[in-house]
Amino acid sequence: MKLVIAIIKPFKLDEVREALSGVGVAGMTVTEVKGFGRQKGQTEIYRGAEYSTNMVPKIKIEVVCGSDLAGAVVEAIQASANTGAIGDGKIFVLDVGQAVRIRTGETDDTAL
Amino acid sequence: MKQSTKFAALGAIAAAGLFAALPAWAQGATPPPTVNKGDTAWMMTSTILVLMMILPGLALFYGGLTRSKNMLATMTQIGAVACLAMLIWVMYGYTMAFGDGGGDFISGFGKAFLAGITPDSTAATFTVGVAIPEYVFICFQMTFAAITVALVLGSVVERMKFSAVMVFGAVWLTIVYFPIAHMVWASGGLFFKMGALDFAGGTVVHINAGVSALVAALILGKRIGYPTERIVPHSLTMTGIGTGLLWVGWFGFNAGSALEANGSAALAMINTFVATASAGLFWMLAERLNGHKGSALGFCSGIVAGLVAVTPAAGNSGPFGAIILGAIASVVCFYAVSFLKPKLGYDDALDAFGVHGIGGMIGALGTGIVYAPSLGGPGKPDFDMAHQLLVQVKTVGTTIVWAAVGTVVAIYAAKLVTGLRVSEDVEREGLDLGEHGERAYN
Repeated sequence: MKLVIAIIKPFKLDEVREALSGVGVAGMTVTEVKGFGRQKGQTEIYRGAEYSTNMVPKIKIEVVCGSDLAGAVVEAIQASANTGAIGDGKIFVLDVGQAVRIRTGETDDTAL
Repeated sequence: MKQSTKFAALGAIAAAGLFAALPAWAQGATPPPTVNKGDTAWMMTSTILVLMMILPGLALFYGGLTRSKNMLATMTQIGAVACLAMLIWVMYGYTMAFGDGGGDFISGFGKAFLAGITPDSTAATFTVGVAIPEYVFICFQMTFAAITVALVLGSVVERMKFSAVMVFGAVWLTIVYFPIAHMVWASGGLFFKMGALDFAGGTVVHINAGVSALVAALILGKRIGYPTERIVPHSLTMTGIGTGLLWVGWFGFNAGSALEANGSAALAMINTFVATASAGLFWMLAERLNGHKGSALGFCSGIVAGLVAVTPAAGNSGPFGAIILGAIASVVCFYAVSFLKPKLGYDDALDAFGVHGIGGMIGALGTGIVYAPSLGGPGKPDFDMAHQLLVQVKTVGTTIVWAAVGTVVAIYAAKLVTGLRVSEDVEREGLDLGEHGERAYN
């Protein structure tokens, strides 16, 4: 099993979700996050006091899938979250040791 | 014409002397002032409009500008110190400001605990023979004392103890607010006799609160992390709501200061519209001219700066004089908070001095100009602008010194009793949790 973590632009979430459903992903976890990479932040001014925010709001998606599906998942995210501009985000793939469905106790691939 | 007026005046003085000598007969001869139900209803409405400026207006305006960990502390300090002011007002504040007798600086104490006042007691308006119930006048003026002391807190939020706020409030009202209110508005007061123009409290409320806020902030010191850390308003939405409530309530404040539902109140009303509208736009314009984006906070700040500046001018200016006054005050306040404050390095947290102090001074001095009939003001044809400006400058200068000295005393009194400032841990954790045991948002 693989854990695919993708950091994407917030407005791309719906497209990515549809693309993942298209390749057979049954579920995902989504978190609102902040971070920085090459994309610069923005400047805020309150009554003349300037603050540059170097943390940019992003969406983090976590998908656990069978090892055979991981390639398709990565491709689907890469294609759907792409705008061609700096700040499109990154995708990470990690090995997963174990999975358990809490309701039934099923494990690993059957738990996904 | 002049001669006959003079003779009439002499006659009136002679008659007054005669009446004073024969009070029983005098009472029989002069009809008691008439209480008009329309005036009374308007003044009751104005009074609760000013209450709305405090709660929830100012509480939301200031609260939104603080960090979320200090929202409740800010709102609670404003509400509590306003309540304290109301209680002190009926105990000895009213008599110090508007009681019988007394001198240049305070009135006598004959009306302490509202002694002798009944539902039949009346307070004079600006029209001879027309009065409003004294209880209404007491309540109207009570709300002014309450909002003024609450305004001061804008500079010291996010670090002053709740207990210190209460001690400071009691002392400050006693030695600063009541005397200044007497000096400007009571017929025996120093500035009133000099002929100072302050329609609704530009000097009494705004210069007074603004200067006191600056002095209090200087003694209290900066917030931890100011100005290097990111300290930004947690909800400009709340501040925007507060701004709207302040503007609406300000019609009670300004038009109510006519004390009657008449043409003077109407003039104050239209000025409170147009000066404010002009100021809201001009702050945003000043931002654009300095290479920034026109901001929501700038808009709100401009609105308040305009309201402050038009306060002394409300019934003392024509509408177009008020528009110019609002614009000038707004731009000057913009520079005061955006450039002067960072340059001098003091931590006036919510710009109580930058907006109310500076805006109040522009308004007070500007009133001496826009009052001129040649500029559309309600002054008489023989209005002497140079003389009036001198009176305004004297009044403003005396108020600045009085407020500064009084605030030093009041802040050190609070320090002696309470320690003044919260601990470093409480300040970092937020005053909501540290001082009140709650969080604003769960």
